[in-house]
Amino acid sequence: MATVTFDPATWPGVDPLWSKTLEVASTAPVEKAGTTRTWHYLDNIDALGSRDYVGTVFCVHGNPTWSYLWRSVLSAATQAEHPWRVIAVDQIDMGFSERTGTVRSLADRVRDLSDFSAAVGLNSTDKPVVTMAHDWGGLISLGWALEHRELVNGVMLTNTGVFHDHRENLPSALRLALAPKVHPVATSKTTAFLDVTLGLVQGGLDSDIRATYRAPYKTEERRAAIQNFVGDIPFGPETASHPHMVRIAEGIKELNVPAFFQWGTKDPVFQRKYMMDLMRRMPQAQVHRYENASHLVAEDEDIATPALNWLTQNFVNEKTARQLHTEERARLHQGLTTEYSPMIAELFSRSNDSSLAVIDMGGDGSSAVARLSWADLAAEVNRIAYGLTQLGVKRGDRINLMVPPGSKLTALLYACLKIGAVIVVADTGLGAKGLTRALKGAQPDYIVGIKTALVAAKTLGWPGKRISADKLPAPALKALGAIASVTDFAPTAMFEIEQVDPDADAAVLYTSGSTGPAKGVVYTHRQMAGMRDTIKNTYSLTAGTGLVAGFAPFALLGPALGCTSVTPKMDVTKPKTLSASALASAAHAIQATAIFASPAALVNVVATSSNLNKEQRSALKNIDLLLSAGAPIPMPLLEKVSAILPNASLHTPYGMTEALPVTDVDFQSIREAQQDAETSVPGAGNGVCVGTPVYGAQILVAPLDSRGEATGTPTTEAGITGEIMVSAPHVKDRYDTLWVTEEVSIQNPGWHRTGDIGHFDASGRLWVEGRLTHVMVTSAGVLTPVAAELATEEVEGVKRAAVVSVGPVSVATPVAVIETVEKTKAGQAPFGLTQRIRQHVLSTTGIELSAVLVVDEHPTDVRHNSKIDRPALAQWAEKTLTGKKAKLK
Amino acid sequence: MTAFSQHPLSENSFAKERNERVLVTGASGMLGREVALKLLRDGYQVRVLQRSDAQLESLLPASVVSRVSQVRGSVSDAATVDSAMQDVDGIIHIAAKVSVSGAWDDYVEANIVGTRTVIETAKQHGVKKFIYVSSPSVAHAGSSLVGEGNTAASPEHARGNYARSKAYAEQLALESDAADFRVGVLRPHLIWGPGDTQLVERLIERSAAGRLPLLDGGTGLIDTVYIDNAVDAVVAGYERIEHIHGQPLVVTNGQPRTVAELLTGFAEAAGVQAPSKSIPAKLAYAAGKVIEKAWEIKPGEDEPPMTAFLAEQLSTAHWFDQRKTRELLNWTPGVSIEEGYERLRQFYTGRYTR
Repeated sequence: MATVTFDPATWPGVDPLWSKTLEVASTAPVEKAGTTRTWHYLDNIDALGSRDYVGTVFCVHGNPTWSYLWRSVLSAATQAEHPWRVIAVDQIDMGFSERTGTVRSLADRVRDLSDFSAAVGLNSTDKPVVTMAHDWGGLISLGWALEHRELVNGVMLTNTGVFHDHRENLPSALRLALAPKVHPVATSKTTAFLDVTLGLVQGGLDSDIRATYRAPYKTEERRAAIQNFVGDIPFGPETASHPHMVRIAEGIKELNVPAFFQWGTKDPVFQRKYMMDLMRRMPQAQVHRYENASHLVAEDEDIATPALNWLTQNFVNEKTARQLHTEERARLHQGLTTEYSPMIAELFSRSNDSSLAVIDMGGDGSSAVARLSWADLAAEVNRIAYGLTQLGVKRGDRINLMVPPGSKLTALLYACLKIGAVIVVADTGLGAKGLTRALKGAQPDYIVGIKTALVAAKTLGWPGKRISADKLPAPALKALGAIASVTDFAPTAMFEIEQVDPDADAAVLYTSGSTGPAKGVVYTHRQMAGMRDTIKNTYSLTAGTGLVAGFAPFALLGPALGCTSVTPKMDVTKPKTLSASALASAAHAIQATAIFASPAALVNVVATSSNLNKEQRSALKNIDLLLSAGAPIPMPLLEKVSAILPNASLHTPYGMTEALPVTDVDFQSIREAQQDAETSVPGAGNGVCVGTPVYGAQILVAPLDSRGEATGTPTTEAGITGEIMVSAPHVKDRYDTLWVTEEVSIQNPGWHRTGDIGHFDASGRLWVEGRLTHVMVTSAGVLTPVAAELATEEVEGVKRAAVVSVGPVSVATPVAVIETVEKTKAGQAPFGLTQRIRQHVLSTTGIELSAVLVVDEHPTDVRHNSKIDRPALAQWAEKTLTGKKAKLK
Repeated sequence: MTAFSQHPLSENSFAKERNERVLVTGASGMLGREVALKLLRDGYQVRVLQRSDAQLESLLPASVVSRVSQVRGSVSDAATVDSAMQDVDGIIHIAAKVSVSGAWDDYVEANIVGTRTVIETAKQHGVKKFIYVSSPSVAHAGSSLVGEGNTAASPEHARGNYARSKAYAEQLALESDAADFRVGVLRPHLIWGPGDTQLVERLIERSAAGRLPLLDGGTGLIDTVYIDNAVDAVVAGYERIEHIHGQPLVVTNGQPRTVAELLTGFAEAAGVQAPSKSIPAKLAYAAGKVIEKAWEIKPGEDEPPMTAFLAEQLSTAHWFDQRKTRELLNWTPGVSIEEGYERLRQFYTGRYTR
């Protein structure tokens, strides 16, 4: 029989000083009066020594872990600048606490905690107490909190759940464990339940850590509580613990203390719906989702650092980072005089205007398939807005719009803005997997979509009640599980509704997710309006301007700007499919003078420009403004675009989903900047010139240190490379349920850290050098890739280049990965080409490439087909250049 | 073969004679000879010790010949070493059995016993400065080295007899480091240059004969060092022994290149066909093992075509962090790899025909 050894010195990550035992008189209903139980727990009080601490974090593990789960929190709390005492118990019959032979229910376990907290002296502390719990410990911990309302100042939770409505709704993993034949075998007779739980750790646990988790559960007798715990799951009203569960779940709605949830969204047991349930019960909670973590989030991610940061902000600092950010942001924008005017203001001020507002092109791209006047559009927006409210859509509800750009989407969008429903825009460019992930993150209450979107929603399990955007027969609606069709909404007279709070959420947009999961970015109505004002003022777009809307999200601003907009015929999922003819026909249809198009679309426009007829060519001659954002556009492409749009000033604003846009630059200025780079204007060169800040925006650069981190004091000094920071009324409100990410982005109150790196030149122009994560910390110093990439692309035979580094940080060496003009075998570039590239890059940038590798095609993001996934390339290059076989995904 | 110098040796290229004599062992090899010549140019008096004639005198202008003396014999022979140690102020110990095959006992004798003999004799003679020229392979267990630092020698893990014996000898040398006997260890990695018979000419000849396959495409990044840079680093080490003693320092050009690119660079410079065939490294490793064994029993005239050691060298990455080396030596490589190719081209043009 396996022996149980108790030796805290052998537990990785645990200071043996923490391990303690305590005799506690038990008042649990299951126990006979006068019973005393021995508890094992971890407590850093001795490790803190004479240091004063802020308060106590009281941690409760779930099943089948033990206090070992919280070791990182104990460690971080001990070392923190503002330390906390952390007490993490082993529940009775669990971990190294006493085995009692009893079967304890939820009520017993809540009482157990009260017995313990009294015995350990926690009930009489005058310092703040914050609970922290995981798994079934959540319910028990919150139960304790409700009984010690006067003591509890905060709540921290990791993957847990407080309410289960029915056995069928239990996650399948648990249902299996509960099946009568499986239950005892899985939970106590064998270590299966334990092993499955530990096996959920992403990438696997180190063997010594795994052994430590298993240490207290070596024998069947010692595992009895694992079985009983599972047996006590209150999965329905017929179970004994159900009323207690309901009481706690309801009770926490009144628990108005700061709360912080850290959640691994890959958890097959405590799935996202439990998180959403908790967020509804405790709407004040700050939430961070770890998209790559599972059930044992404490093992998959560093939850301790964010926890301590959150504790400091809420219990030490006078103000949270968010409060400081909001205040500073207001101060920074004081000088701007633009008054808030809602996005829908322009549209409704023209609700009697019979001139054209929106047009959709269709067929072969040369004919209009929908034309709406301002009056039509206002009426349509009213009809939809009213219809949605009739369906039950409330202010603050999230609505995912899965409708291709065009008049339909425009009407839906402005209807949502009118009623204060939050628009979720996760574009199809993310791919099915990315979309599913994004939507599960955003948790929209409704999805309005075209048929294919609703089919996808049904098959891929996208959240939200389904509403069809198109007219569908009743059986089809039923088959898709749709509750209504927008086309069935009845027309209504002017629909009046109370004006939406300017600072309420208006939209959730998604980053392109070229590296890692797409992030949801939340905008308020005021910030959306700020985006409109920035575009309007930067480009002097006046009401009545004709606009070809080939690029979301600017395209959707048309009605807000008072511009007449036309959507050209194209496959919206593939920007590459916009043809020159389609673009020109669209321009012709409204005598447009402005075009918004993506760089990828422009590539195709240039490629198909020989098909333009005379009429189309002359329509394009009327264009005086082109806006193309999303990625830098190579000069040769701009030259070619310029030939097609001879009278247009070509603008390539720089921005990101979090700030649209940040700077603006036109073709002429880029040419001037390049000349300046050659005549050595201080700071000019080394990167892509993106121009000067747009209306309302301020920019600083946080200098890089020798480790390649942006720790310096933010500056606008010429030639200093660092992380680009932006502040503007139209910058995002926050990331959606990504508290940790948000904290990083607002580390300088009032500013958004973009994650891009660059520098100013002496003329105040910004030059982008790449992403912070692409910085190469080489033996020759901290290098950025963009200048070396541009130089590589200047060498004959090279189509596209990415420069990445291989080797450890601070010793790494840069290498170029190229696509070639003529087909070249993937792998090492030919000797001669390698020599030419190395020589040219060295002489123009001072960067010496160790190797040049060839790929058939760079991995890029789906949305723009332009952002090269350098981390993936770097991994591949690193492997290849250590002599290993490597595959580029 | 007659000795030659990488640099012109006109009378005015020599500094005024200094009153310091350096013993250089192994001066019949390329590195030893060039170190001796560099020391002479810098004004040092030089004694050389090795079995065969280093032929230095024939290279030197008459006015400098008196600065150099030669003792011939084995570094593991105490009496020979003793006679070479007369009036010596410092030592640069380069002599070694450098090979990728051969019996272990031969390596012990040449590399371990030899080093011990030189060190012990030096101490008896009150010599104060000692540079041991080692190899990064003493710390190379066969896996890839990527941005590696100056890790300690490990005879237990070093691959092949050469690396293992050099590892023992390096440990011996470093253990002897003391206030009155400063020991510096330099590990130049894959020295190459015109006239180098050890690496360059062998590779060129095999490549010319179509007998030089790339292993797994030759995509591993490796560091090398051009001969002049290695020489400068060794002499800098001797002169800055107070800064560098007591620890090993890897010496390279700090310009990692893939194996294929280097081999192609050598072949192009020599005007022979570049290697193009690639074979799996595992296969080469296995074949190398068999051939090594066979060579041990019945040594051939040339080195075996492939050894397990060579297979590893030519298929895994090994490049190094040079920051500490450059800082402590106060040295940077003066000749780039590309300049090195050019010098090979000048030297070999017309020597090999396709």
